[in-house]
Amino acid sequence: MNLFEQFHRLANIYFVGLAILNFVPVVNAFEPEIALIPICVIMCLTALKDAWEDFRRYQSDRKLNNTPCFIYSRKAKKFIERRWKDVRVGDFVKVICNEIVPADLLLLHTSDPNGVCHIETSNLDGETNLKQRRVMSGVCISDPDFEPESFNSLVVCEKPNNNLNHFKCYAEKPDKEKVGAGIESLLLRGCTVRNTDHAVGFVVYAGHETKSMLNNNGPRYKRSKLERKLNKDVIFCVILLFFMCLNGALGHFLWLQALPTVPPYLVPDSNGHLDSPGLSSFYMFFTMIILLQVLIPISLYVSIELVKIGQIFFITNDIDLYDEATDSRIQCKALNITEDLGQIEYIFSDKTGTLTENKMVFRRCSIMGTEYPHKENAVRLAVLEESEAEENVLFNKRPQPVKPRWSLDTEDTNFEDRQHQHGSHRKSKVAGNAQSNVAFSSPLETEVIPDRKLLQRISRAESSSRSSRSGSSSSQNIDPYLDFFLSLAICNTVVVSMATAQRQRVNGFSHSLQSNNPMDPLSNMPKKSGYFSNIFTSWQRKPNRNRTISEDSVVEGDIFNLPEIMEEPGDINGLRRCSLYAPTNSDKPATTSDNLSYEAESPDEAALVYAAKAYGFTLLARTPDSVTVRLPSGEDLVFEVLDTLTFDSFRKRMSILVRDPITKKYVLYTKGADYAIMELLGTPYAENLRGIQKKIAADTQHHLDCYAKDGLRTLCFTKKVVSDKEYKSWFVNRQRALAAIENREQLVMDTAVQLETNLCLLGATGIEDRLQESVPDTIMALREAGIQVWVLTGDKLETAVNIGYACRLLEDEDLVINMSCKNKLTCTSIVDCALQEVRRYNEDPRNVDTTPDISLVIDGLTLNMALSSDLQDRFVELAKHCRSVLCCRVTPLQKSSVVKVVREKLKVMTLAVGDGANDVNMIQAADIGIGISGQEGMQAVMASDFAISRFKHLKKLLLVHGHWCYTRLANMIIYFFYKNVAYVNLLFWYQFFCGFSGTTMIDYWLMIFFNLFFTSAPPIMFGIMDRDISAEILLGVPELYRTGQGEGEYKFSTFWVNMLDAFYQSLACFFIPYLAYQGSDIDIFSFGTPLNTISLFTILLHLSIEIKAWTAVHLIIIGGSVVLYFVVTLAYSAVCVTCNPPSNPYWILPRQMADPMFYLLCLITTVVALLPRYTFHVLRNSIAPSPLVQAKHLDQLDPSTRSEYIKEWRSFRGGGQVKSSRLSTPPSPTLETPVGMYPQSPTVSDIMGDEFTLNVISENYQRHLHL
Amino acid sequence: MVKEEQELANRPDNTAFTQQRLPAWQPMLSAGIVIPGFVIIGLAFIGIGVALFVTSHSIQVLELDYTGVENTEPCYRCSDPSSKNCVCTLEFSIDSLFEGPVFFYYGLTNYFQNYRKYGASRDDNQLSGDLDYFKSPGNDCAPYQYNSNNKPIVPCGAIANSMFNDTFKLYQIIRGSKKLVPFDGKGIAWWTDYNIKYRNPSVTPLKNAFNDTVKPLFWSKPAYELDPTDPANNGFINQDFLVWMRRAALPDFRKLYRRITEGDYAKGLPAGNYSLEIAYNYPVMSFDGRKKVVLSNVSWMGGKNEFLGIAYLVIGSLCVVMSIVMLIVYAKFKFPEED
Repeated sequence: MNLFEQFHRLANIYFVGLAILNFVPVVNAFEPEIALIPICVIMCLTALKDAWEDFRRYQSDRKLNNTPCFIYSRKAKKFIERRWKDVRVGDFVKVICNEIVPADLLLLHTSDPNGVCHIETSNLDGETNLKQRRVMSGVCISDPDFEPESFNSLVVCEKPNNNLNHFKCYAEKPDKEKVGAGIESLLLRGCTVRNTDHAVGFVVYAGHETKSMLNNNGPRYKRSKLERKLNKDVIFCVILLFFMCLNGALGHFLWLQALPTVPPYLVPDSNGHLDSPGLSSFYMFFTMIILLQVLIPISLYVSIELVKIGQIFFITNDIDLYDEATDSRIQCKALNITEDLGQIEYIFSDKTGTLTENKMVFRRCSIMGTEYPHKENAVRLAVLEESEAEENVLFNKRPQPVKPRWSLDTEDTNFEDRQHQHGSHRKSKVAGNAQSNVAFSSPLETEVIPDRKLLQRISRAESSSRSSRSGSSSSQNIDPYLDFFLSLAICNTVVVSMATAQRQRVNGFSHSLQSNNPMDPLSNMPKKSGYFSNIFTSWQRKPNRNRTISEDSVVEGDIFNLPEIMEEPGDINGLRRCSLYAPTNSDKPATTSDNLSYEAESPDEAALVYAAKAYGFTLLARTPDSVTVRLPSGEDLVFEVLDTLTFDSFRKRMSILVRDPITKKYVLYTKGADYAIMELLGTPYAENLRGIQKKIAADTQHHLDCYAKDGLRTLCFTKKVVSDKEYKSWFVNRQRALAAIENREQLVMDTAVQLETNLCLLGATGIEDRLQESVPDTIMALREAGIQVWVLTGDKLETAVNIGYACRLLEDEDLVINMSCKNKLTCTSIVDCALQEVRRYNEDPRNVDTTPDISLVIDGLTLNMALSSDLQDRFVELAKHCRSVLCCRVTPLQKSSVVKVVREKLKVMTLAVGDGANDVNMIQAADIGIGISGQEGMQAVMASDFAISRFKHLKKLLLVHGHWCYTRLANMIIYFFYKNVAYVNLLFWYQFFCGFSGTTMIDYWLMIFFNLFFTSAPPIMFGIMDRDISAEILLGVPELYRTGQGEGEYKFSTFWVNMLDAFYQSLACFFIPYLAYQGSDIDIFSFGTPLNTISLFTILLHLSIEIKAWTAVHLIIIGGSVVLYFVVTLAYSAVCVTCNPPSNPYWILPRQMADPMFYLLCLITTVVALLPRYTFHVLRNSIAPSPLVQAKHLDQLDPSTRSEYIKEWRSFRGGGQVKSSRLSTPPSPTLETPVGMYPQSPTVSDIMGDEFTLNVISENYQRHLHL
Repeated sequence: MVKEEQELANRPDNTAFTQQRLPAWQPMLSAGIVIPGFVIIGLAFIGIGVALFVTSHSIQVLELDYTGVENTEPCYRCSDPSSKNCVCTLEFSIDSLFEGPVFFYYGLTNYFQNYRKYGASRDDNQLSGDLDYFKSPGNDCAPYQYNSNNKPIVPCGAIANSMFNDTFKLYQIIRGSKKLVPFDGKGIAWWTDYNIKYRNPSVTPLKNAFNDTVKPLFWSKPAYELDPTDPANNGFINQDFLVWMRRAALPDFRKLYRRITEGDYAKGLPAGNYSLEIAYNYPVMSFDGRKKVVLSNVSWMGGKNEFLGIAYLVIGSLCVVMSIVMLIVYAKFKFPEED
């Protein structure tokens, strides 16, 4: 297998061809056995590398295969412990809690009375939340003791495939009844069973047929741009080789022709017969190929692989790319595109989770058209952030800004208490780190301080609804405020688990993608729960304090004790009294809700549930059939869940259909993106309030716009009361859809759409997704590095634009072109118009030297039109002129098509970075895909080439490692070509003096060694370790990155210049000794040995001209190569008397080394050979230093002056930090332009009504002083 | 803290090596820095060049072509391939003392001893005295492996077969009478060839080792009779044979024939007339070759070679010129430390 892979490579085929050629007697140049050495060495090296990787895989496989599991034995009639490798399809396997599922199991039985089994799929997709799996219904009697013998159905399932989210099978019972089952009954191999004592399943796929294994398709092979270019140059080498061989053959022919008769040195074949000149020159052609084969740098490919391994070693070991919070390094999944990192011109970035933390924090909400800003919550967040920031510096120091705010505290909230609180802060952070695998549990996300007014409003509503409910008239209308929070709590897929029953993480699953915590989780469990209680206590206090300072202490009270408060409705004094006694109430049942922790599939949902909890609407439990919610009154309501219309990206909303336990009505709660909801609003809440409902919608829309402007994620909540009749008819449809085998998904979705009509708006929420740290800084740096940054997001325009400003993707002084249109015609005209504008802008003489500060904002619909085949070119042309592009409301497919179009049309290197499953397409479409291992699972990471944990790591990855990897590899490749040509040409020149007979003047062993050992390590080391400019300078002056873009350093011309230099050097290396030894009694190998030595020196010294930074390693390797050469050659020439006939190396080098001529020749030849290159370097560096050279100068200054120079440089280059005063404002473009600064609030009509908008948002240009 | 350290199992080592912060020397190739280097190299090279040039100049060389292409030449008669055992005499004179020790070379031009197949046509095992290879020489020797009677040829192969077989005798003509200049034929081959690489089989007499073998086709006498005067100079360790077997690197070459180190001529060849008696055997017309004898004395740098000295002088001067250019460049484009 290993060997087979080797032969797959064209290069190796060429190599084998050469070896075979060597065995053809008429053409062989060397002893055929010897000719096999290079290929053997190279293949051995590659094989060794692969074997090592295989071995590691084998070891982990073995470990995995021997993991114990329980398999039902029909003989023993019970489950007995076996190994994973014994699992066969058809077995019954029992999985205990916290065990890993050994194969794909059809769930038949669980310890749970409801037939539910919770699994965690973090090993598969990195999602740490719990998922529910249900027992296949109707096949087995779900008695407490499951008897596998009783299972007598025939299970038919689809062929093994790699779709983790889809599965179809049916079981045929003895009575021919068929029962279908889907993914919801399948336990995937690699998942971990949680919260369920045990589960029994029927193995449907085992071993390599399991879905997780089918998904596990090794590292992908991508070819880097440099390699593609390299291949082109290799073709040139082939052509060169061809001509050189042709030259040899022709020369041989002419030489033979010129001979008058047969001279004594012309050896006939064994029959005494001489070939005709034509035939022997034909043979000579092939001999020449063998002789000059090194010209095709096969070993280069091996060297490149080695170099890349080294480069990846350094990348993964960079401590700056290590994230302490998740204890993860950067992962390099694609091993052969490191140098592409240095050539990126376009970055396509996802927003959520990539630029932002994807840690959702509930910020504001709007209910029934009233906005509740949650100011206290905002304050709390600010405090938390600050204190977190300070913790990193000094743990004992109390956060300064907090202090005055607490000064109003009563005496007893003393210093120690604060200390304690702060201490718990810190601990909570540590705990958060330790448990980063437990989803969404940091206090930042879980705690929400209720808005005072809203709290009041709720208590009022609560009391009124209670009174109305207790009153005989079973009021039709529950207060919308209560409804809003109910929907917050219910309308989701959040699973409740108890904080005290922390999940035990199982380590050592070999496919585990997430870095597991090495600690034994069990032993730490008590501690962890301790932390949790700490968090909670501390946070119980904190809101208390915040509220004490508030002007009116109406709502003073611990939020967690609200149920108590509410029991005395309307009594404000009672409220206060209760709060005073709050600490003593901690043992009351209500506080158990503190121990709840929520496992959500998306962080939004968790944030919303926590928000609801803060208002007393606590989600207590969720089973497939019911949801239990504790109301502020302390009453537990159990809603019967009739159906869940799950989220999909087409509908952009989810709904849950429940039966209200009190009114017994069918209620549909829907939440979703505002634009997905607003158009479905129908029958108003109450018929007589039609006008009000309209107003509510408008107000809410306005609030939504405001939220979006603040960069909040918005969700709308609606309710719909479904009549019995309506429900019944719908239910029939639904069942039909669910039972369908063909086209099931579509039908199910259609039924969902059917029901989600005439919704009634309850309100909207704004959730903050905070920017990751140093995102603006990173984006600035990338932009200075000449990289265009595109942000592609599913968010709405305003949110996206706002985030754009926040992360400095858009600048205040930018010219922002806003494209959004509804039909093709307008779209065309907009593109044309904008293109014209942009061109004019660029031609404006005042803008010649500045980077175009033009940004483009485009929405998904317009993008679709712009990407259509006829507009594509113009759009790309427009985008080319824009410094940054923001695409909003784009679908995953659009993301990838944008990447593809830009990549193909502009022929640029693209990089896509994202964290979620919706970015996978884009990541795969780009030249380099980078996955951010965040909260949204591992799909992006699985599909990516590099996986990082923070967006800011991109800066160093590209600017430093990308630059280094690229220059290193480019220089190494060029050097390799040079080296081979320079060396092989020595042989070529010699052919002119030996009748083109293919004689080598260097012993063949030494020739092989020369390439394999004497001169191979230095370039590899050069490729791994050379450092043209230090990391500090590269980070300080991002412009330096531009050297790698486009053609970069590895240009066509560079290649040929180096080839010419190689020719020149080989000429010098050959003809100086030739002229010196001309006419003397020098013998062949005595002539070749100085040549070999000289070219060794020349080649190594050439490298040392190219080496930019010498470290001890460089010195050792280059010095070691020289020493190795002399030691090996001396030993060889002292030992080999007749070991390698017909060559005759015995005692040649020792004899030469006793001759002063040898040294004199070495000296002058090396100098002559390297003088032009050296001089060229010196003159270029002095007369026209490249930015790199200038930067290198900076590197040698001491740090303080250096940073000054960097600043100066950046201002000089117009890079951006030092922005000079505004000098002029060019005439405004022809379009009527609102001169006001963005963000100008777009009105509702702006968004809804307008056919299109193209507004140049701001055009205050800045000019840079050119000093 | 201990706990935290444990947690961070994936944290990379923070060493200078893994973080690529090894102390490094960054040479800057710019005009200001390299000027001294250029000056030093230039001056040193000029010095070496002068020394080489002077040394080379002091070496005396005398070349005599005796091919006999033109019919005016004394050996014209012998150049006809059909003539056998032809002897011709070449007369020449030396104006001043030819300082000793004088090396006597024979030279061939257009002779490709480096031809690949020619070079391979030998059997090192046979030449190292292995009797097994006397009976069956290696296949590389073909077609000079067996003769037409299928008898093994020893020494086999094209190189041995084509051994140069002209012989020379040098006379000084002193007042009409010829005085033989004694040749020293010892130690003209490499010491390692004579003592290690080539061995005769340890059979005495040597002749017995060559039983059932034939001499190479072109040879007039078998290998064990190459030097009738000195039994230690026969077989494979015959000095002339060794010199021939060491193939020349280039098609125009000379090979050491004898040294003049003895008797009256130890100090060199005095001025006067000399006569060279050549037993003309080796055909060169088949490849348009020339044969010559070369008399030369040697220095520490070997034979006369003007090239190296001149090269050193030229490159040395070039370096000096370059350093001046650099100086101008440096003055014009100072780099940032200064501005």
